[in-house]
Amino acid sequence: MPRRLSVLMSASFGLLLAACGGVAAQPAASSTPQVSGNLTVLAAASLTGAFTKIGDQMHSKYPGLDVKFSFAGSPTLVTQIQQGAPADVFASADQANMQKVVTGGLAMGTPAVFAHNKLEIAVQAGNPKHITSLSDLANPAIKVDVCAPGVPCGTYSTTTFGRAGIRVTPVSQEQDVKSVLTKVGLGEADAGIVYVTDVESAGSQVTGVTIPDDLNTTAEYPIVELKSTQNEAAAKAFVDYVVGAQGQKVLASFGFLSRTAA
Amino acid sequence: MVRPPQPFNPVLVLLAAAAALFFVLPLAGLVARTPWASALGILGDPQVQLALRLSLICSLASTALAAVLGVPLAWVLARLRFPGRNLLRGLTTLPMVLPPVVGGVALLLAFGRRGLIGAPIAGATGLSLPFTTPGVIVAESFVAMPFLVITVEAGLRSMDVRFEEAARTLGAGRWTVFRRVTLPMIGPSLAAGAVLAWSRALGEFGATITFAGNFPGTTQTAPLAIYIGLESGQLPSAVILSLMLVVVSLAVLVALRGRYLGDA
Repeated sequence: MPRRLSVLMSASFGLLLAACGGVAAQPAASSTPQVSGNLTVLAAASLTGAFTKIGDQMHSKYPGLDVKFSFAGSPTLVTQIQQGAPADVFASADQANMQKVVTGGLAMGTPAVFAHNKLEIAVQAGNPKHITSLSDLANPAIKVDVCAPGVPCGTYSTTTFGRAGIRVTPVSQEQDVKSVLTKVGLGEADAGIVYVTDVESAGSQVTGVTIPDDLNTTAEYPIVELKSTQNEAAAKAFVDYVVGAQGQKVLASFGFLSRTAA
Repeated sequence: MVRPPQPFNPVLVLLAAAAALFFVLPLAGLVARTPWASALGILGDPQVQLALRLSLICSLASTALAAVLGVPLAWVLARLRFPGRNLLRGLTTLPMVLPPVVGGVALLLAFGRRGLIGAPIAGATGLSLPFTTPGVIVAESFVAMPFLVITVEAGLRSMDVRFEEAARTLGAGRWTVFRRVTLPMIGPSLAAGAVLAWSRALGEFGATITFAGNFPGTTQTAPLAIYIGLESGQLPSAVILSLMLVVVSLAVLVALRGRYLGDA
């Protein structure tokens, strides 16, 4: 019976593979660990471009490694982790959301800061409303979109509005920074508070209006391996890569400030 | 008359029990995690009240809009013969199967400030729907109206047109026939359709958050508040609001089932 035979063959082949895996894992402890298999990274939406590129580079470096990303607002990802989503690495856009994972006993070790970012005002391409500064956003005729409270970019925006001494009544509160960018890009909102890196990634769809340093808020990005990981070697390799020279180079090319910049 | 014995099929009953559990268990989960002690406090929270009030206003307004526009549409679909009628019927029921987020994006590209007809309107009047309460009503109507249209159309089709013809031969005008004969006769279908549309509007999420945005008091309806609550770690208020929506929807469906859909 050819069918039964093939089942038998694939079963024994699987056993063989498993045996190989076991053998390969033995010397791994002494030299470099085997980095392969699947890796799921939950990352803040603002990291979409940079992390996708890092994922590609990791795949070239470790051909047996398949990195999958889920990009969303940091609180959304925290909820997923708390509800037991099978993930290996978490990268947050602020310390507050990372802290929830750490205090929940879901992180492995101490999170490492790997990047910084600044806020910028995103306006419609060509700036038709002539928005030049933060104080323009207090004008009720200007439709301002921001991230929801608790989402890192929302928390940072509130801090910056406070520093500028302005009251802004937004038209909406989005679940992640990319939604703010979309609403501005579509022309529904006149302005949105996003990260410098988002304006850069949006290309010609939006125009950026710089927020001066004394009013700006610096976003801090921590990353950590999760206790739920089924692939510790790959999770560690990913974190090391992001914090290391090559990862830092990619992040810098997307406009992020280095991990040591404050 | 002797009734035949009840047909008992243990396999079917077992599978049916599994199906029933599948629907009951999530509700049980919700009830089990309900923080009863703080329920009153949560319901008194201004943010929660804003969301509930907005949900009530918008769902009622969109049901009214669905009735005003949907009954004539159902009448056209049921009574008139014209090329493309089936296509039109398909298009009007599309929102029932479309992912609501897709509906929201489509609405944005049509009625948004840069949209197909939203742009000229915004240019002429300075008004636009996104980020406004009327925007919520439009989004809810978009997903809810099909329920009213198909229910009313079914009512119109099953009604005996000879009543209308008789009224016409007795000298009643078109409007008089519609108001005095047609509408009363499809009353039950209209009521059932309106209630279905209302409960769908009450639960609307995807089209609303995509098209109208999310801001407390203007566009944040109860389902949006539930989602935001879950995302920001406020599970208790999310659970209480969810339970409220479940109770309301269940009451509506049970009442409807008994009254209009014929309970054996």
